[in-house]
Amino acid sequence: MLNTNDILETIRMISQENLDVRTVTMGISLLDCADEDPKRACEKIYRKITTKARDLVPVVERISSAYGIPVVNKRISVTPIAMILASARNPNPVDYAEALDRAAKEVGVNFIGGFSALVHKGFSAGDQELIHSIPEALAKTEFVCSSINIGSTKSGINMDAVKLMGSIVKQTAEATKDDQCMGAAKLVVFCNAPEDNPFMAGAFHGPGEPDCVIHVGVSGPGAVRAALAKEGKSCSIDKVAELIKRTAFKITRMGQLVGNLVSEELGVPFGIVDLSLAPTPAPGDSVANILEEIGLESCGSCGTTAALAMLNDAVKKGGVMASNHVGGLSGAFIPVSEDDGMINAVRRGALSLEKLEAMTAVCSVGIDMVVVPGDTSAAVISALIADEAAIGMVNSKTTAVRVIPAIGKKVGDELDFGGLLGYAPVMPISTWSPERFIGRGGRIPSPIQALKN
Amino acid sequence: MKAVITVIGKDQIGILAKISTLCAQKQINVEDVTQSIVQGMFAMTMVVDLSRCDEEITALSERFAKEGETMGLDVRMTRSELYDAMHRI
Repeated sequence: MLNTNDILETIRMISQENLDVRTVTMGISLLDCADEDPKRACEKIYRKITTKARDLVPVVERISSAYGIPVVNKRISVTPIAMILASARNPNPVDYAEALDRAAKEVGVNFIGGFSALVHKGFSAGDQELIHSIPEALAKTEFVCSSINIGSTKSGINMDAVKLMGSIVKQTAEATKDDQCMGAAKLVVFCNAPEDNPFMAGAFHGPGEPDCVIHVGVSGPGAVRAALAKEGKSCSIDKVAELIKRTAFKITRMGQLVGNLVSEELGVPFGIVDLSLAPTPAPGDSVANILEEIGLESCGSCGTTAALAMLNDAVKKGGVMASNHVGGLSGAFIPVSEDDGMINAVRRGALSLEKLEAMTAVCSVGIDMVVVPGDTSAAVISALIADEAAIGMVNSKTTAVRVIPAIGKKVGDELDFGGLLGYAPVMPISTWSPERFIGRGGRIPSPIQALKN
Repeated sequence: MKAVITVIGKDQIGILAKISTLCAQKQINVEDVTQSIVQGMFAMTMVVDLSRCDEEITALSERFAKEGETMGLDVRMTRSELYDAMHRI
């Protein structure tokens, strides 16, 4: 028997607290599209994506409407394109990016991820070509997202790739400087990248995945904050963790239901639910606001790391019970430009890049959607990538860097990306030079934690 | 197929009449109704059976939402599986 209070709670979570399924992402393997002739490879890529994902958007929209569940994004992730490039003769990787872009436009998704390379232990055929083409590819396309995995717990950190990526991030921002440096917002550098991540910009379809699969990313920071505001005002931290777990359970069950339905209707296997708290720039839909509801005057104060660690753990514990298969990034996201509370914390001077780095040690992902001054050197960006990768490598977790050098702007100015990518003030970053460290190249050996056998 | 109609908004005369009339017109059988008024806010949930109705639920839910708008009410029709999934282990 349905309970009236449960029904009304669900309606309130959706209508007032921004509860939604953040993304339904179809993973498509392009391994069978590799071809010696680059033109033919691009045709195969376009044909496979537009065939497999033809019904994705209408089916998701129909389910969203019938069940009253908002599904914000419909997306596609594909096999890292560097793997497809490897077998082609003199390919131009930008042609491949443009094929992805056309396919995304045709099926009506709002992002396609997988203009990627996995170079954590070294470069193989196709990798360097793809990486060097990223600035042009992201400037020429609208929907394509790019990610590069430069390190892992098992293999250490490829410092040659780290050095290269600092420069590529800058060039990507330069190439899109007339469009709010948007290219850099679609480029992420990973350590321990998951192969089944449904969230952008880091989604790609790993080589161990099936031919085609449906992943779901849930959201709901607003619902968690509202639950704490209602019942958790003066209770102990144990009760706060319990309330977060309960809310995360409900949020995740909604994602699991949508995933099951989409998978059944499309006849595509269901992969994973990514148990994430993904904020948006909408007021109230903020991870920073949850930390403030727990009792911090502002996100970024002392205590932020501890509160975030508890939040991240409780989200996973609640979510894992609600889902058959968990994967992706799973945890609380802390992007600056996409989170109203984070933006305000930066504006009031409470949240620094150094504090964000500490926070990344205890939650999902890393330095995400952070805008730095346009004159930040490539070596400084590389060193920031190395620091984040080290946190991921040593803690056997995913970390990432998505920074946007705001070309021509300085601390205090702002970039506005629009939509879910939001807007952010330029944050100060240490300008002491790591040039000699980054210039060494080579590979940081894998840590002792890698030896688990 | 079972669905749930929820009505939330300012209390006024004729809410139940209006929603149930629309149900009757669409051959929708009402199986359970619960309503309450908290601080002047009206909240009603109706469990309904759509097996004799030949319209798609997406079209129906738009029709009910429009009907609600004429009285300044938030009216939603959704399939019932969502509530079981979220609130039952």
